[in-house]
Amino acid sequence: MKSVKLSRRTVMAGAAAAGALASSTGASAQGAQNVLRVVMHSDLRIIDPIWTTAYIVRNYGYMIYDTLFALDAKGEVQPQMVDKYTVSDDKLTYTFTLRDGLMWHDNQPVTSADIIPSIRRWAARDPLGQTVMGFIGSMEAKDPKTFEIKLKEATGLLIFALGKPSSNVPFMMPKRVAETDPNTQITEFIGSGPFMFVRDEWKPGDRAVYVKFAGYKPRSEPASGLAGGKVAKVDRVEWRVITDQQQAVNALQAGEIDLIEAPSHDLLPLLKADRNIKLFNWNVLGNQYTMRFNHTVAPFNNPKIRQAVLYALNQEDFLKATIGDPEYYKVCKAMFVCGSPLETMAGMEDKLESNFAKARQLLQEAGYNREPVVLLHSTDLQVLTNLAPVAKSLLERAGFVVDMQSMDWQTVVARRVKRDPPTQGGWSAMLTSWVAADILNPVMAGFFNASGDRAAFGWPTDPEIETLRARFARANTVAEQKQIAEAIQRRVSEAPTHVHLGQWYSPGAHRGNISGWLEAPAPVFWNMEKGRGA
Amino acid sequence: MISYILRRLAATVPVLFTVAVMVFLMLRLTPGDPAAIIAGDNATTQQILDIRTKLGLEQPIVQQFFIWLGGLARGDLGESFFFRKTVFELISERIEPTLSLAFLTIVLAVVVAIPLGVLAAYKQGTWIDRIVMGFSVIGFSVPVFVIGYLLVYIFAIKLGWFPVQGYQRIGNGVGPWFRSLVLPAFTLSVIYVALIARMTRTSVLEVLSEDYIRTARAKGQTEMKVLFQHALKNAAVPIVTVVGIGVALLIGGVVVTESVYSIPGLGRLTVDAVLARDFPVIQAIILAFSFVYVMINLLVDLSYTIFDPRIRY
Repeated sequence: MKSVKLSRRTVMAGAAAAGALASSTGASAQGAQNVLRVVMHSDLRIIDPIWTTAYIVRNYGYMIYDTLFALDAKGEVQPQMVDKYTVSDDKLTYTFTLRDGLMWHDNQPVTSADIIPSIRRWAARDPLGQTVMGFIGSMEAKDPKTFEIKLKEATGLLIFALGKPSSNVPFMMPKRVAETDPNTQITEFIGSGPFMFVRDEWKPGDRAVYVKFAGYKPRSEPASGLAGGKVAKVDRVEWRVITDQQQAVNALQAGEIDLIEAPSHDLLPLLKADRNIKLFNWNVLGNQYTMRFNHTVAPFNNPKIRQAVLYALNQEDFLKATIGDPEYYKVCKAMFVCGSPLETMAGMEDKLESNFAKARQLLQEAGYNREPVVLLHSTDLQVLTNLAPVAKSLLERAGFVVDMQSMDWQTVVARRVKRDPPTQGGWSAMLTSWVAADILNPVMAGFFNASGDRAAFGWPTDPEIETLRARFARANTVAEQKQIAEAIQRRVSEAPTHVHLGQWYSPGAHRGNISGWLEAPAPVFWNMEKGRGA
Repeated sequence: MISYILRRLAATVPVLFTVAVMVFLMLRLTPGDPAAIIAGDNATTQQILDIRTKLGLEQPIVQQFFIWLGGLARGDLGESFFFRKTVFELISERIEPTLSLAFLTIVLAVVVAIPLGVLAAYKQGTWIDRIVMGFSVIGFSVPVFVIGYLLVYIFAIKLGWFPVQGYQRIGNGVGPWFRSLVLPAFTLSVIYVALIARMTRTSVLEVLSEDYIRTARAKGQTEMKVLFQHALKNAAVPIVTVVGIGVALLIGGVVVTESVYSIPGLGRLTVDAVLARDFPVIQAIILAFSFVYVMINLLVDLSYTIFDPRIRY
């Protein structure tokens, strides 16, 4: 960390020397270093990417940590910290060898002894990790560079899980850090990724700062998605907090910042019109809107009534109301996302087309007693605000009685975990959005978990889905996985756990002198270059 | 006087205790669960419960309150639920931008508003008076964020004189610090200029018809001396009261201004803490603001003795 303090002093000295009215710390730092000034989608408050699933913390994780495997731009899992691995003929023993030259930011070598507790801590928090741990019999460090995972039963999920691209990502940490209780935040922030976190300069609400890790040894392959050579081409990355979207755009246009991760959709025309600014859709799979049911209370404890919702809704209305410009949304009936290996329309052909007659017929057959649907309406997140009013309108046209209750998002978050009846502070349905990379298969996508109390909020219980998910975890080929994914989607189309409401995209914006932004499920800053001017 | 100050200081204890109880209870009654926010979308009920336990939120409310109160008595404001930082650390980091903004705003408001108010009173009924009072009405009516965006568009984007957003610490040089605060301070001061100018005009108008003003003029004193030495001094008590109220009201104004200009001050910290239901941070900030409010009232009361020697405590 010594070099970090030195760089900070350099910055301060630069500012003091400039002295004049027009100078600033940022400007001085840029003179001495290549600094990328970025506005992310939110402030970095928590700095343990295993403890929370918040995307900003995942993005922080990609800055300072590395992963054993990673998803490339084609969606294929590639070795990252791992040099090579072998699988025994019975598919029960995996032997991994780490790359040469892997170092922690305190200049200690990365060893197998660090990897095993890192996997354990991640698996304790992550649903996919928990599933995979159910297959793992033992993990053992054979030597400083080799470790072995022995399975009790074969699964095709192990490598994918170790390269899981989004929250929670299995980031590797030093042994002493990884041995922290999974329910307690870590207190040391040492990774082996291409950037180091400058804790002294982390000012929540203001900025988070990273500097290039000189000891990082990138892979030789070109960068691709989250995989390949992670070459840091800037000396320093500053995540600046600008909560006001209009002001972030003003700052980008004035050249005070270099990049905005996700400007709001209503400001995109303004950015498009500026010759000095470029838009880039870094997350090509995008995001998916979702309606979640509370399965434990009427009316959505009845699968037929949930299916009526699937007939009553249509995706286009939600997407038009929230995103507006068709360039940034896609109507897609595939629950595992259009453009992914498990994309399928099975069971959904006649659904999500606002067939109100069919919805009313199902409600009648189900004996719907006009119990009000308590619909939680989030009012403070622009990308979610218009979802609930559209849902209310469509559901009412199908014959539902809807009680839409408006509140801020954090109240929705607190309310949705309450299991009380809707009349006593509970809920019937709420709307949210998933990053597509989080829902690529039925094991990692939390809303398919139908194990009742052990499932995420909404608590669906469906033994058939659970059996299929278990089969999916045991499947060893993509063809087999796809077949099971289709079966799960068919089952969900009959007894929905949730409703998918279309894919949407949120392009980033950057100054014209920035290049090398990679297409990936998370915004990453290696490979990115900052030229002069613009 | 000393005993009066001591009595007033002692009176802050029950005031702050009442604020502490109210804030603590209101936060616990407000919907929102920090554990659910931290746990994320995939969390099971058990995981959320584990986090609640870690944060101490599973304890009875009375117990939570006394743990917090005990900490306060020891000078420990607690630790943020989200940041790996103590509340004291967070407030310390944020206090400089807020104090800087408040200081510049009040200086700007007083320097501009008092001469304007005196001038309007002196030129009562003329076009100067009407312009000053017209500005005052606009200053009261236009929301802070509208003024902010207008100023940014003109002076930062079009003319490029000032930065669009951000704050430079005073340690980085007085020049960058001042430059980063010009637009925010101007934005925030508009309403106070309107308020203080109007109050100054009214107060000065009242004293301008007094006998001692006529006497001063009869003695051949210049109009400047009459206005600023005799009239303004005797009109000072209501003006100081309004300035004091203005400083207290500033607490609300900085929240919006800091958000518009991305200034990492206490206002932004308050908003962020409220949105995230970061109870220890909200409790400490509200308590700190209440203390400042009480102290400002005390200082204003004490300042009366300077401007009006007849007032004695």
